[in-house]
Amino acid sequence: MRTKNRQTGSTLAAVLFALAILVLVAHVVIIFASRQYAAPAPITANAVDIDRQYRLTLWVIGILFVASQLALALAVFLFRDRGQRARFLPGNVAIEIVGATAAIIIFLGLGFMGRKAWAAVRYAGPPTGSVQIEVTEMQFQFVFRYPGPDGQFGRIDPALISAATGNPLGIDPNSPEGRDDIVTGTLAVPVNRPIELLIRSQDVIHSFFVRELRLQQDAVPGMVIPIHFTPDKIGNYAIVCTQLCGLGHSKMHAVLQVMSESDYENFLKQQAAAQ
Amino acid sequence: MSARGAARLFSTDHKVIGLQYLFLSLIAVTTGMILSLLMRYHLAWPAGRLPFITGGIMTPEQYLALVTMHGTIMVFFVLTTAPQNAFGTYFLPLQIGAREMAFPVLNMLGFWLTSAAFIVLLAAFFVQGGAPISGWTAYPPLSGLGDITGPGEGMGQTLWIVSILIFCVASVISSINFIATTIEMRASGMKMMRMPLTVWAWFITSILILLSFSVLLAAGVLLLLDRSFGTSFFVPAGLVVTGQLQSHSGGSPLLWQHLFWFFGHPEVYIAILPGMGVTSQLLSNFSRKPVFGYPAMVVTLSAIGVLGFSVWGHHMFVSGMSPYSGFTFSVLTMSIAVPSAAKTFNWIGTLWGGKIQFRTPMLFALGFVSIFITGGLSGIFLAQPAVDNMLHATYFVVAHLHLVMGVAAIFGVFAATYYWFPKMFGRVMNETLGKLHFWLTFAGAYAIFVPMHFLGIAGGIRRYADDSGAAYLVGLQPLHAFMTVAAFCTAAVQLIFFWNFFASMKSGAPATPNPWDATTLEWAVPSPPPPDNFGSTKITVYRGPYEYSVPGAPADFIPQNLPPTTTGDGGFPA
Repeated sequence: MRTKNRQTGSTLAAVLFALAILVLVAHVVIIFASRQYAAPAPITANAVDIDRQYRLTLWVIGILFVASQLALALAVFLFRDRGQRARFLPGNVAIEIVGATAAIIIFLGLGFMGRKAWAAVRYAGPPTGSVQIEVTEMQFQFVFRYPGPDGQFGRIDPALISAATGNPLGIDPNSPEGRDDIVTGTLAVPVNRPIELLIRSQDVIHSFFVRELRLQQDAVPGMVIPIHFTPDKIGNYAIVCTQLCGLGHSKMHAVLQVMSESDYENFLKQQAAAQ
Repeated sequence: MSARGAARLFSTDHKVIGLQYLFLSLIAVTTGMILSLLMRYHLAWPAGRLPFITGGIMTPEQYLALVTMHGTIMVFFVLTTAPQNAFGTYFLPLQIGAREMAFPVLNMLGFWLTSAAFIVLLAAFFVQGGAPISGWTAYPPLSGLGDITGPGEGMGQTLWIVSILIFCVASVISSINFIATTIEMRASGMKMMRMPLTVWAWFITSILILLSFSVLLAAGVLLLLDRSFGTSFFVPAGLVVTGQLQSHSGGSPLLWQHLFWFFGHPEVYIAILPGMGVTSQLLSNFSRKPVFGYPAMVVTLSAIGVLGFSVWGHHMFVSGMSPYSGFTFSVLTMSIAVPSAAKTFNWIGTLWGGKIQFRTPMLFALGFVSIFITGGLSGIFLAQPAVDNMLHATYFVVAHLHLVMGVAAIFGVFAATYYWFPKMFGRVMNETLGKLHFWLTFAGAYAIFVPMHFLGIAGGIRRYADDSGAAYLVGLQPLHAFMTVAAFCTAAVQLIFFWNFFASMKSGAPATPNPWDATTLEWAVPSPPPPDNFGSTKITVYRGPYEYSVPGAPADFIPQNLPPTTTGDGGFPA
């Protein structure tokens, strides 16, 4: 009688555990299949490549997730205590080697396949003729600088930084390249032209993240970090800071405006007049 | 305090010190959990009034202070302290047949330094400006310039660094003790390849602690020098903070990140390896089967330990580090998935063909495997720099790290607590309450952290005090509310555990020396063990740690210290 009770308890626990795993697996599969939570549509060719790698990873990891959770549930259910004697299986070197080899191929293969989407924008520099814009981050805002008609950024001196007198970047007034620089609070860029951003910070570490670009880069004081992209859809996109930078971190946002070439020319003219 | 009480408080008995570590981590985990509940409430209902919060409604700096303190308390004083120092200190000497740790006084010193570090950390809440807001990673220059960068960055941040420095010293001392004890104090016949996998895990973890906390110790000293003595290890020239030009020159903010993550990534394995050891032991014990592939388990533990030191750069893909290094770190990170997958395979292999007994410790070990699979696999997304472009700093990372490093490690701690409770206190915990605790915690942990992945994929950004700043974030509020409700329910369930723990300590049913029919040496002594463990008995080990259901043996388990002649046929390989 005592044995029977223990077996019943054992079956109940095994069934509960297997059910819990099934609910988990079904829930995760359904949510991902429904694409209820997803990043917004990409606006660069590189972002499309990153999405492809993400989906490939989702498939591979999804299959491994479902298979290993179900294997666990199955083992728990099949080998619950029913009064049987356990089998003495101390291991199997051949299976271990086959399994490890398979894991090496899957994981390293996936890693190497993801190289292209990374290398395309991080190893290679921007195409010639890129529009260069400087992004300076500070607690708790983004400031953008366009080089103006001369195509050169003016010299910066931290000692001259003064938001109160309208020089938040500390542009040296004696620097001839700086006289036509355009400083804005919005990042306007022309559509279908390669853009190179030079990312800087004045104080602590910040970050630059636009989901539609699938591009994220920290802004590190003391460094100028270049990133590049070619947006192919006109629209407004949120720029957010993703590196903890102080109490205003969650409010540190700006807007990326991708516009037609003519709108872009107008934007520059208007901003130049307002300097 | 009576002299006897003082003698017990300042005991050099590893069992007393192990329990002291356990109670310290119980206090720490309760504190860390309350902080997380305050954060979760604020994320779901930002305008709600809260207890413990000055002014009632949480400000961004109060939120970030909670982020910092929750992370620091949980990583250092729970995930490092409980799996390694509490259970390792108590059970490593017993499992290798030793009467003591190699350095009993250092052992005691380690505990008291850890306690001091905890008190110094908590003090940061009560100083001018409050606790630091720079997160548990404390990236300079935010953490390197004093209170000009934000509230809590003055005295609060200094106390944080001092606390971490004390903790580092304690950890290094204790790891040396573990390593020396494992190498020097094993009983006769306890060859390395006869050690329980728990001992292997604590041993490898000790090596990781020795190498990684030493680096954090050095980095912390440099950060303190930058803040208080005007050096510039991590702070570059020309910084202008709130309109004031800073006098530092020539430092590198990325240097801190390299040093921090050289510690920080091995720390993940410091938290999880002991849980892996416990899980391996328990799956074997309660399946009545040997661990499948014991040598492979030793090799994979070691491989994870070695590879764990070469993957830190995956925290820095978008930090400004060379993109070529990024790809190298990516490949190395992917390769650490191989031993992790092998371990999972062997755990399922251990269950396969077994006779599984669903006692509470076993349920937590099974839960560990499921959560380790879920939390580990999401790491494969983050290990690829291209994909990390969109997931870095989102809640996807928070979900990943909480499952694989937090929840899995805590399941390991729960499994260890239920398993060894009879040995530690001589009484048995209530099985019904234990099982209830397991089912509700298992469901609750997944209910909190599975939706968090979705939140991250949808672009929810971590360490945001509120999501009102960007339009797309506002739509994610229902997910936050769901996770908050799940977190409060799961936290409430832990009261069952605390009740069961303390009530059973006082009045649980008396435990026999070996209630689980287990094979390892801690079950060869009375429950609880006498102060000198094995006393004058000479312990000799004759066999491997997991001889369950050996064909031809009279019982379905053979203790490690049972001589071959007494097993019935005498023919078992020693």
